[in-house]
Amino acid sequence: MVTAEDVRKIAKLADVGIDDSEINEFTNQCSGILEYFAVLDTLDQNQPLIRERYNILRDDEVLPSLSQEEALQNAGQTEKGYFKAPRVM
Amino acid sequence: MKTLSFHPDDSVHAFITTIPEVTYGDGPLSGVTVAVKDNISTKGIETTCASKILKGYIPPYDAHVVTLLKNAGAAIVGKTNMDEFGMGTTTENSAYGPTLNPLDHQRVPGGSSGGSAAAVAAGLVDCAIGSDTGGSIRCPAAFCGIVGLKPTYGRVSRFGLIAYANSLEQIGPMARDVNTLSNLYSVITGHDSRDATSVDKPYSHTPVSDIKGLKIGVPDEFFGEGVNPKVAEVVRQAIDSLESMGATAVPCTIPSMKYALSAYYVTCTSEASSNLARFDGVRYGPAVGTLKSWHDAYSDQRKAGFGKEVRRRIILGTFSLAAGYYGRYYQKAQTARQMVRDDFERIFRDVDVIAGPTMPDIAFKLGEKSDPLQMYLSDILTVPANLAGVPALSVPCGKVNNMPIGLQLIGRYFEDERIIDTAYAYEQGGA
Amino acid sequence: MEDLETIIGLEIHCQLNTKSKMFCSCSTDFRDNEPNTHTCPVCLGLPGSMPMVNKRAIEFALKVGKALNCTIRDESEFSRKNYFYPDLNKAYQITQYDKPLAEWGKLLIDGDNGEKEVRITRIHLEEDPGRSVHMGTTDRGKYTLVDYNRAGIPLIEIVTEPDLRSPKEARKFLNKLRATLEYLNVFDSEKEGSLRVDANISLKGSERVEVKNISSYKGVEKALTFEVTRQRNLLRRGQTVTRETRHFVEARGVTTSSRSKEEENDYRYFPEPDLLPLRVASWVDAIELPELPDARRERFISQYGVSPEHAKTLTGGLKLAEFYEAVASEDPALAATWTADYLLGELNYRDFSIDAMPADLFRELLTLIKSDTITDKSAVEILRLILDAVKDGKKPERPQEIVSRLGLAKTSGDQVTALIQEVIAEQQAAVNDYYAGKMQALNFLVGQVMKKCRGRADPGHLNTLLKEILDKKV
Ligand SMILES: [Zn+2]
Repeated sequence: MVTAEDVRKIAKLADVGIDDSEINEFTNQCSGILEYFAVLDTLDQNQPLIRERYNILRDDEVLPSLSQEEALQNAGQTEKGYFKAPRVM
Repeated sequence: MKTLSFHPDDSVHAFITTIPEVTYGDGPLSGVTVAVKDNISTKGIETTCASKILKGYIPPYDAHVVTLLKNAGAAIVGKTNMDEFGMGTTTENSAYGPTLNPLDHQRVPGGSSGGSAAAVAAGLVDCAIGSDTGGSIRCPAAFCGIVGLKPTYGRVSRFGLIAYANSLEQIGPMARDVNTLSNLYSVITGHDSRDATSVDKPYSHTPVSDIKGLKIGVPDEFFGEGVNPKVAEVVRQAIDSLESMGATAVPCTIPSMKYALSAYYVTCTSEASSNLARFDGVRYGPAVGTLKSWHDAYSDQRKAGFGKEVRRRIILGTFSLAAGYYGRYYQKAQTARQMVRDDFERIFRDVDVIAGPTMPDIAFKLGEKSDPLQMYLSDILTVPANLAGVPALSVPCGKVNNMPIGLQLIGRYFEDERIIDTAYAYEQGGA
Repeated sequence: MEDLETIIGLEIHCQLNTKSKMFCSCSTDFRDNEPNTHTCPVCLGLPGSMPMVNKRAIEFALKVGKALNCTIRDESEFSRKNYFYPDLNKAYQITQYDKPLAEWGKLLIDGDNGEKEVRITRIHLEEDPGRSVHMGTTDRGKYTLVDYNRAGIPLIEIVTEPDLRSPKEARKFLNKLRATLEYLNVFDSEKEGSLRVDANISLKGSERVEVKNISSYKGVEKALTFEVTRQRNLLRRGQTVTRETRHFVEARGVTTSSRSKEEENDYRYFPEPDLLPLRVASWVDAIELPELPDARRERFISQYGVSPEHAKTLTGGLKLAEFYEAVASEDPALAATWTADYLLGELNYRDFSIDAMPADLFRELLTLIKSDTITDKSAVEILRLILDAVKDGKKPERPQEIVSRLGLAKTSGDQVTALIQEVIAEQQAAVNDYYAGKMQALNFLVGQVMKKCRGRADPGHLNTLLKEILDKKV
């Protein structure tokens, strides 16, 4: 069982934004689905997934980078060669 | 370079983007028209994942498969509709509206590669590329009556595939017949040094229809509760006809199926919650506002840009990874995943392929499945192959209510050839 | 209260000097370049891009692990650390979480009470985020500019046990660690921001405070000293220390509480699905470590007969040690004194690294000192002239040229004797004062001789000689 408060907290952690009008719907759906997932909790061992392949590495070689123009071409807002983003302070 | 014009009558809304004048070169696929799912990066061509959050995004690079297709002379004619970021079973969750099933416009084409399947089934293209995270190639192949393959994990490079659930998904071919599928598949396999999970196992096989001595495992769970008995009946007949060609069918069980769907959804939503975090409107997509501080600005951006199902899965995945839940969900899902693999490994000691229905039912009516959990449950037969990483395909095997049914064939690791042969045998003999 | 034990543990982030980035093939040589010119789909976090591990970064980290006596895990793996920040290209950082590359090592340092072993908890690999520039003044006008050139630079994070007992000891640990990393040739300490430190500090019995964002060696001691005082003052006033994260404000030399909700972050670590595990423990055997600071120090003492104090100073940085060895050949003791006691002082005064001093010029200077051609005073003057020229971006003159141009060659013994005779003849009054037992008169006479030779006589030698001559005359 998860509460509306849990869902709000998680939505905040995920920066997805939830309206008050949606919170009940999301809470009910998540509750139902997480309850369904609870079948997993009946498993008692925590056996990690076996991965046969390992040490897939590349050599330390430099290849050409994108130009500044290419790097910025999809950005919504740029300034002096930088990406423009919201404030953090 | 040669050119061809592409002006399809897209009444089923298979495409998000079409390319009216296509250039192509020489090679094994010279002039073959290929539609590419819109979650695969195409240099210079808008790639949206059917999401508003990527509207206007033009990749500065080609996905590895796109490079291979171009090198083989294929004509990439457009980008196909899909469930947003691959999250759905019907292609209704697209910011650009649903794709319709070419065989019945009241029904869904399946998903999430619904646009690719519809484009092939409607005859708009020769073949198509899809991606399969939990059945996203096989489901629409089954619903639209075409052939679709989810390759062994690692056999096709994922470089350039916009990740939904990295550890589960593969890019794969879709076509109206096995030979075309096989030709397309031989072009897109092979090692890619930019994808650490890529394996050097190129496919260069010509399908053969001789399946004498083939042992087919038929899991009880694929014919049990939740599977439409009429669908089960058609699929059993298909297996009978394989037996009539010299194969032997033996019953088997996959006890881990009871955990498979949960393990699948916990894993894919967890990975998705992390993969989709980068869509913040700073580097690509519609510009993020800069009036609020970053968390608030991102929340606004992502609420407006993602559809409801995407946000629901991000929330579910964030739950699964969050402190206090991780041990109960994500970690246990990995345990369950290993159990599924162990089951397959055990079964494949005795049989060569596993056969069953691809989907529990025929294509749904548009809007029929509105409850998310009910929708998730319809993936139960396709997710085990993704959890284990084994190859699986869907080949048409008959009809119920005039809608096509898919026979699902699952093979051992890197034995994609064998399920392709089995499908070919069925196609040649059963048709 | 003053003697409450101080407990410090450090987390050091250090950029590895590979050619290409941790997970892509972009060049790491970005410092003098325009923003966003060293990026690709991978380090911009473009949709569909995938990371690929740089083998050399693994090898470098293993080298560090071996040098710090760590155990290399049989299997280690990369995980995602999920959080939102504009300079974090993918909204997660690829790092190592519960399976780090190396664990349980130690580093020997010269502690507050003699030699001391500091335990290393773990060493792991990760990628550097991009760089944010904060713009705007009014609240609504503020925004961030982001440059991803730095995004994806390989980092190792070295975490110590809380074994350090004072800010000074923390600095000594860092110096030793820096020297070790330099000797391993995996790190360039002179690159701006190549080493960043987070410190955990508490007074025994009180809560622990994490100080983040210390980006200079000197800053570490300053930040920790500030914290010790702040925490002691709190306790003295009967208040308690709150468990929190504080930021070091370098310009003001203080730490400030960071009230942002960042601390409540739940990073939701999980294994990076696009990368496979590492099994590299066996590689360690094949790694040949170069001579490390302790070994080099011992060698300097035995090979060059350098004093232990000088040996420690001269081996404190790789380039310094190499410089010393390049100039030591003729007279190791003289070279040690002039490098450690004079040159380093002049360099520090100018905020220069050892690179500023061309070794061949210094060697020439040492030859001039050893052959008694110039006085120590003149040698220092030459040193300064050379460094000042470097500072002004000019080509420095050779010491020999300076000696000729300024006439700094030491006055010869005969010349000095002649000058003494002149002065004795001229300064009869002072000579008489000397015979009368006034010792200041001797100093006056020495001064007069110095004046005549413009300071180019050795003062000690002149003194003796003058006394000798005067005493003979009696
Ligand atoms: Zn890059």
